[in-house]
Amino acid sequence: MQQAQSLTQRLANPTRFMELSATLLPWLTVAAVVLTVIGLVMGFAAPVDYQQGHTAKIMYVHVPAAWLSMAGYSLIAISSFGLLVFRHPLADVSAKAAAPIGAAFTLLCLVTGSLWGKPMWGAFWVWDPRLTSVLILFFLYIGLIALRSAIEDEALAAKLTAILALTGIVILPVIKFSVDWNSLHQPASVMRIGAPKIHPSLLWPLLVMAVGLTIAFVALHMKGMRNEILRRRVRALRSAEVQMAAGAASPLPAE
Amino acid sequence: MDLGPHAAYIWASFGAAALILLVLVVWLVLDGRQQQKMIAELEARGVRRRSDTSG
Repeated sequence: MQQAQSLTQRLANPTRFMELSATLLPWLTVAAVVLTVIGLVMGFAAPVDYQQGHTAKIMYVHVPAAWLSMAGYSLIAISSFGLLVFRHPLADVSAKAAAPIGAAFTLLCLVTGSLWGKPMWGAFWVWDPRLTSVLILFFLYIGLIALRSAIEDEALAAKLTAILALTGIVILPVIKFSVDWNSLHQPASVMRIGAPKIHPSLLWPLLVMAVGLTIAFVALHMKGMRNEILRRRVRALRSAEVQMAAGAASPLPAE
Repeated sequence: MDLGPHAAYIWASFGAAALILLVLVVWLVLDGRQQQKMIAELEARGVRRRSDTSG
């Protein structure tokens, strides 16, 4: 218990986080690049899908982007919970850093989905339950970023953004189960009860790409958190400078 | 590499992935450099955080 508590305390310290992340970031970056390149090579060397032909290769970016769009929102929701309930010092830093990265992966999911939809369904976009719910997820990310930037008081912005993030988590089960609601989108092939419905020759490249892009997400998030900690240090230094200037302008009266 | 009749859609998908990831990386690297530059400027002016000066 004592050990667990000290670990939590260690991770809660921004200076300790900066030291740890500086060590981890280069390794994560290398791992992300290597695994993504291996996944791409495996994907392009994989057999051609018997129904969709080469077009099925789009799944190697679309599916990991879709998983990470939801994982990114889950990360924001967990961080928001950490801020509101435990007041963890890095929780808001994590939530703020994850929002633009999650939004970028959701945009990638929507764009690659459209580019896959046109040759397979004949349309770039249909108001289908799965597509529409992912579009709402993208708007939620944009809403979180916009809400935070609209409020000057940083502590208030953090709390209100956390409340919106926790409210918005309802979109995740909607996305997950939307494929069962009269959707054009195919149901889950990998993350389902029972064995994956996708052949191992296509599944392995997908899993390698997913791990590579997940590590890339973690590295980007870590870098974003580092930037946010530095931004808060800049603000603290500016505030200290103003206080120094005010102290110099009005010296304390002699007793 | 012949990717069949829908090659343009496949290349556009991978291109979009590369572009979005590149924009994220460049933005994060530039943002980090900007913050470090501002900290260096403030510290060069002799500004210290309260936690740095106490103890």
